[in-house]
Amino acid sequence: MGQKFGAEFRRFSLERSKPGKFEEFYGLLQHVHKIPNVDVLVGYADIHGDLLPINNDDNYHKAVSTANPLLRIFIQKKEEADYSAFGTDTLIKKKNVLTNVLRPDNHRKKPHIVISMPQDFRPVSSIIDVDILPETHRRVRLYKYGTEKPLGFYIRDGSSVRVTPHGLEKVPGIFISRLVPGGLAQSTGLLAVNDEVLEVNGIEVSGKSLDQVTDMMIANSRNLIITVRPANQRNNVVRNSRTSGSSGQSTDNSLLSYSQQVEPSFEPEDEDSEEDDIIIEDNGVPQQIPKAVPDAESLESLTQIELSFESEQNGFIPSNDVSLAPIASGTNTEFEARAADQKLLEEDGTIITL
Amino acid sequence: MPSNPRTQEASGRHLSVGAFSRTLLDTFKATVLTSSLSSTLIGLQWAAANMRRFLRPGHDPARERLKRDLFQFNKTVEHGFPHQPSALGYSPSLRILAIGTRSGAVKLYGAPGVEFMGLHRENNAVVQIHFLPGQCKLATLLDDNSLHLWSLKVRDGVSELQEDESFTLRGPPGAAPSATQITVVLPHSCQELLYLGTESGNVFVVQLPSFRVLEDQTISSDAVLQGLPEEARQRRVFEMVEALQEHPRDSSQILIGYSRGLVIIWDLQRSRVLCHFLSSQQLENVSWQRDGRLIVTCHSDGSHCQWPVSSDTQQPEPLRSSMPYGPFPCKAITKIFWLTTKKGLPFTIFQGGMPRASYGDRHCISVFHNSQQTAFDFTSRVIDFTVLAEVDPSAAFDNPYALVVLAEEELVVIDLQTAGWPQVQPPYLASLHCSAITCSHHVSNIPLKLWERIIAAGSRQNAHFSAMKWPIDGGTTLAPPPPQRDLLLTGHEDGTVRFWDASGVCLRLLFRLSTVRVFLTDTDASESLNAQGEEEWPPLRKVGSFDPYSDDPRLGIQKIFLCKYSGYLAVAGTAGQVLVLELNDEAAEHTVEEVEVDLLQDQEGYRWKGHERLAARSGAVCFEPGFQPFVLVQCQPPAVVTSLALHSEWRLVAFGTSHGFGLFDHHQRRQVFVKCTLHPSDQLALEGPLSRVKSLKKSLRQSFRRMRHSRVSSRKCRPAGAPGEMQTAGITKAERTGLQNMELAPVQRKIEARSAEDSFTGFVRTLYFADTYLRDSSRHCPSLWAGTNGGTVYAFSLRVPPAERRMDEPVWAEQAKEIQLMHRAPVVGILVLDGHSVPLPEPLEVAHDLSKSPDMQGSHQLLVVSEEQFKVFTLPKVSAKLKLKLTALEGSRVRRVGVAHFGSCRVEDYGEHHLAVLTNLGDIQVVSLPLLKPQVRYSCIRREDVSGIASCVFTKYGQGFYLISPSEFERFSLSTKWLVEPRCLVDSSKTRNHSCPSNGNSMGPEKAVGRARNSGSQSDGEEKKPGPVMEHALLNDERVLKEIQSTLEGDRGYGAS
Repeated sequence: MGQKFGAEFRRFSLERSKPGKFEEFYGLLQHVHKIPNVDVLVGYADIHGDLLPINNDDNYHKAVSTANPLLRIFIQKKEEADYSAFGTDTLIKKKNVLTNVLRPDNHRKKPHIVISMPQDFRPVSSIIDVDILPETHRRVRLYKYGTEKPLGFYIRDGSSVRVTPHGLEKVPGIFISRLVPGGLAQSTGLLAVNDEVLEVNGIEVSGKSLDQVTDMMIANSRNLIITVRPANQRNNVVRNSRTSGSSGQSTDNSLLSYSQQVEPSFEPEDEDSEEDDIIIEDNGVPQQIPKAVPDAESLESLTQIELSFESEQNGFIPSNDVSLAPIASGTNTEFEARAADQKLLEEDGTIITL
Repeated sequence: MPSNPRTQEASGRHLSVGAFSRTLLDTFKATVLTSSLSSTLIGLQWAAANMRRFLRPGHDPARERLKRDLFQFNKTVEHGFPHQPSALGYSPSLRILAIGTRSGAVKLYGAPGVEFMGLHRENNAVVQIHFLPGQCKLATLLDDNSLHLWSLKVRDGVSELQEDESFTLRGPPGAAPSATQITVVLPHSCQELLYLGTESGNVFVVQLPSFRVLEDQTISSDAVLQGLPEEARQRRVFEMVEALQEHPRDSSQILIGYSRGLVIIWDLQRSRVLCHFLSSQQLENVSWQRDGRLIVTCHSDGSHCQWPVSSDTQQPEPLRSSMPYGPFPCKAITKIFWLTTKKGLPFTIFQGGMPRASYGDRHCISVFHNSQQTAFDFTSRVIDFTVLAEVDPSAAFDNPYALVVLAEEELVVIDLQTAGWPQVQPPYLASLHCSAITCSHHVSNIPLKLWERIIAAGSRQNAHFSAMKWPIDGGTTLAPPPPQRDLLLTGHEDGTVRFWDASGVCLRLLFRLSTVRVFLTDTDASESLNAQGEEEWPPLRKVGSFDPYSDDPRLGIQKIFLCKYSGYLAVAGTAGQVLVLELNDEAAEHTVEEVEVDLLQDQEGYRWKGHERLAARSGAVCFEPGFQPFVLVQCQPPAVVTSLALHSEWRLVAFGTSHGFGLFDHHQRRQVFVKCTLHPSDQLALEGPLSRVKSLKKSLRQSFRRMRHSRVSSRKCRPAGAPGEMQTAGITKAERTGLQNMELAPVQRKIEARSAEDSFTGFVRTLYFADTYLRDSSRHCPSLWAGTNGGTVYAFSLRVPPAERRMDEPVWAEQAKEIQLMHRAPVVGILVLDGHSVPLPEPLEVAHDLSKSPDMQGSHQLLVVSEEQFKVFTLPKVSAKLKLKLTALEGSRVRRVGVAHFGSCRVEDYGEHHLAVLTNLGDIQVVSLPLLKPQVRYSCIRREDVSGIASCVFTKYGQGFYLISPSEFERFSLSTKWLVEPRCLVDSSKTRNHSCPSNGNSMGPEKAVGRARNSGSQSDGEEKKPGPVMEHALLNDERVLKEIQSTLEGDRGYGAS
């Protein structure tokens, strides 16, 4: 077990079959390093050498299960953390990440500017579902928040070549035609001109017109998930082998056990980032419209919570009484955030069944 | 880039869902095995959510069966006048009229209700239509020189029009194409031969129905030349064949006219020229007198000549020659009829011949008979005309009785038996677009009393029409009488509203309302100019109703709302004018009260750059019987009215523009409130509508152009074919060609979220009155709901004084709610469902016992339909209950939505209320209430046809209309129960002997016969079918309407004081 916290290294063992909870693990780390009151970020190196965070039970379990036999854990003090090392960009800048993190001795990295804590930022994009998509595809999630950056891209009609039972065939397709400088799409670096758009929030676009796809994207603009076939395939994730242990391929997922299937489709409604409509009663204060007392549809309340969290965090809703505590601690696990949300909504008189 | 825990949480969920598609069970296990306690719960719930999705009602066999009983899609009939007609045919024996169009359609019309349509596979214009004598067959000639044989075949007791054969005349190899270019077609009375005149001057003979060319019978120009005397041969008399006619009495002789002026009579048996006539002028056409003793030729110089026929002596000169509109150069007379009468001189009826310099641009048909001479002046080009006359060949005289003229934009029939030659009102083929249609509104199930009053008012407007019974009356209609009385109201660019009887197959004009009289326009001056008339000669007389020129575009009608119970009508127009009208059976003279409503509410800094508001006429105005305006609300700024609602029970009218909306109490004639919806930064909305109007017109024009080009692919399968869920076969080809076009010029689309700062977010799209629980669940109250383009819904609670104090206390309103949909898509529909999830009834519906009282015990629900989503909220506390995200799922947006009642075709009295939805892709869907489950989907309109999609209206019983051209409504039905389509029988064996309709009867009975279909005693029997609702209508109509009438009269008294 390595630890990069003032170049201190510790090694200890963990029972693989019973990893326990992340909370416990976090406590253990703090105990092992004797830093009980220091907030740290925990990460691990997966089998590809990507640095991935550990911050909830799921990715913790996954990390443990990938230990082969050694699991390398990296702990950074929150204040000094190198956030760029984590997350989606590791896919793109893998080399850098590796040199930065895995071989810190060989490389004196430039002192980069840490502006502030990640919780002060919003996620603007992420690559998701890497393990269930073909290597040539990339699923990108763009978070659009209120009046901030525009999504900033254009799409066009075009044609691509597909392998069909009748041989190679030219089929119509939708492509990204332009990225607006400074727009969200460009700033993520995950989308590029001439990338072919395959899905919008889980719905395949084949057979749909440019206008239809435009409308779908705009309808999903608050939480847009587009699956593209990048024009430049060089930056793709290279996997060891397609059939090797699925868990090993997972680079950015907390759930892992059924990633064997390469299923590039998912149900969009579950990904439902429901916007929160607002109600103003009697010229009073704007409030989010709560979910109705759940009957059969109760499950969607989960989404509701997550969303209220998102939009609140972005200050998009000029609401005063629904302000959410979790904003202050953005790196809390989702469950904590949820709990806080739930409390608030309960105060609002809405019953949430979890 | 900072990583975020939530990102991962989300991706985890994707995973679970993706995996789910394999099996539910796997997912479930997997989730449980790999998650901690809290994750397990979540996993469980996602799995459950997925299970629910799998067990959608769509997979329930009982529901599927019920859906088949409820929903069915059919395009049933096209109403109106065919777009771009190009040919006219008439069968005197069948008494059926045929119209061909430039897009290759053939439409047949007989007695009202007898209609057929056929479409050539080729997308070519129909140039000529000829019925084959004595048969239910017709031959069409297309502009690609192909001939097509159609027949009316009886199947299951109903006649169907179908194409039997097609044929293209081929010349010998190497011959010029003109050798076989057909110019004239003559179906011979022997029933199996077609004579085809060509550009080369040869006349070919083909045998029907196989289209076998009988080469030995070809009448070549050489053969004709042989038979001519020396002096006739000198001149180049041949060139193309212009006329072919069979001898009226002797089928062995035909007349051939050549364009250079030669006319011969050919003996078919001996193949020789019987006689010839040589004119010095280019020949245009020929008419052969009934007894065969005289032919009349017409020429390119505007003259016509009479030539006596006798085989003995050859006439070098015509007997008489005249140039009706000479002596100055005239245009050609292109067609002529010479028809004998028992009394007096023959009728001479001809097309063209007007003085070139002064009237060369007129489209005229002249009728000369004795001393009566009239040049009927049409507002659009004359395509062709025919004269209805005695059919029996043995009769001594033609005795023409009607002139049928197919003009580019309308069909005009003129009664030639009545002095003054009045027009006959056609029962079908109405020119819907006599002024461009700007909006439409459908009202189902009109109470009989209101129906009769509208008809009575309309009949006075039609007094100038002839009393002649409709002369084109072939075939019999077998369709059941229409299930109910339906009104379709169309608003027009010239400020008129037309009331159409949309109950059955024939769309008939009942009443025409003009709002022009309320305003000061330039029209008055020009009208008096017209009245002074033209010069005496030529004796021009304007006929027809097609008048595409609007005096003032601000007069255009944009929104219509009719209350069928009270007879109140609200119409709103382009310049922010809102008129409230009431039905009055008498002519009246009164002042229309004008009220200005400032929708900006004194907000500073705005300047309206659009048109000015219309100036109202001051003082009393005389109004004819019918709907008479009594209040004029003028919105300020005078932007186009974008939404309108009328509540006749509360006597309130609500209206909205791009700036805001207002509520007006038309009983007290007082503004209740206005609400400005304009976003402060929205400058575009202020600039006025001019730029947008221009682009809209352009896009409409383009869309019609596109339609013309690709209409063939959009043509329907007739109802005979299985009404499949989706008709996709034809589309793929169009898509492929579309793809090729796109590759040439790639267009790109910007992907951007909607924002509050977008333009026209304040545009009020929908207004809705409801008596519901707005503030608390113990008390319901009147409310007004408004939805904007920016996804905002406003709700105002209203206090309407009780009837006895209605005049004394003011109506009071207060904003109670404002809902902002975060997806910010335009709100296109608002609806409140009662405690049983049934849409609230219309105003006065319950008072008339026509509807069950809404359930006011249970909780009400609010349905908001945006272009992208359907959402159900609870009331009075607004919480989100259900939603359907249409655009996110399909990429289609809601263009039109309406509540419809779908009756079951199997179980009497069973029915469900659902939403009928039209999307921007032209799909029609049914979305269930209250669960918002998509039920069925059919492709209906081509997605490129924006004007068609924009024009769609739904009825309350699952039917609908949309414009397939500026002049035609397509009628469709989503219901298994309510289906209005032509079912008719045409029988050739039943030859009719009556030559012309009796005209001696007084006007009354004939009118009654014409209308019996829709009103009066006949309807008593049919009204039982629709079920209990209509029974109530009949039982209670009289009494309730009398009450209403008395209150209406009370109102008028107030208005006058």
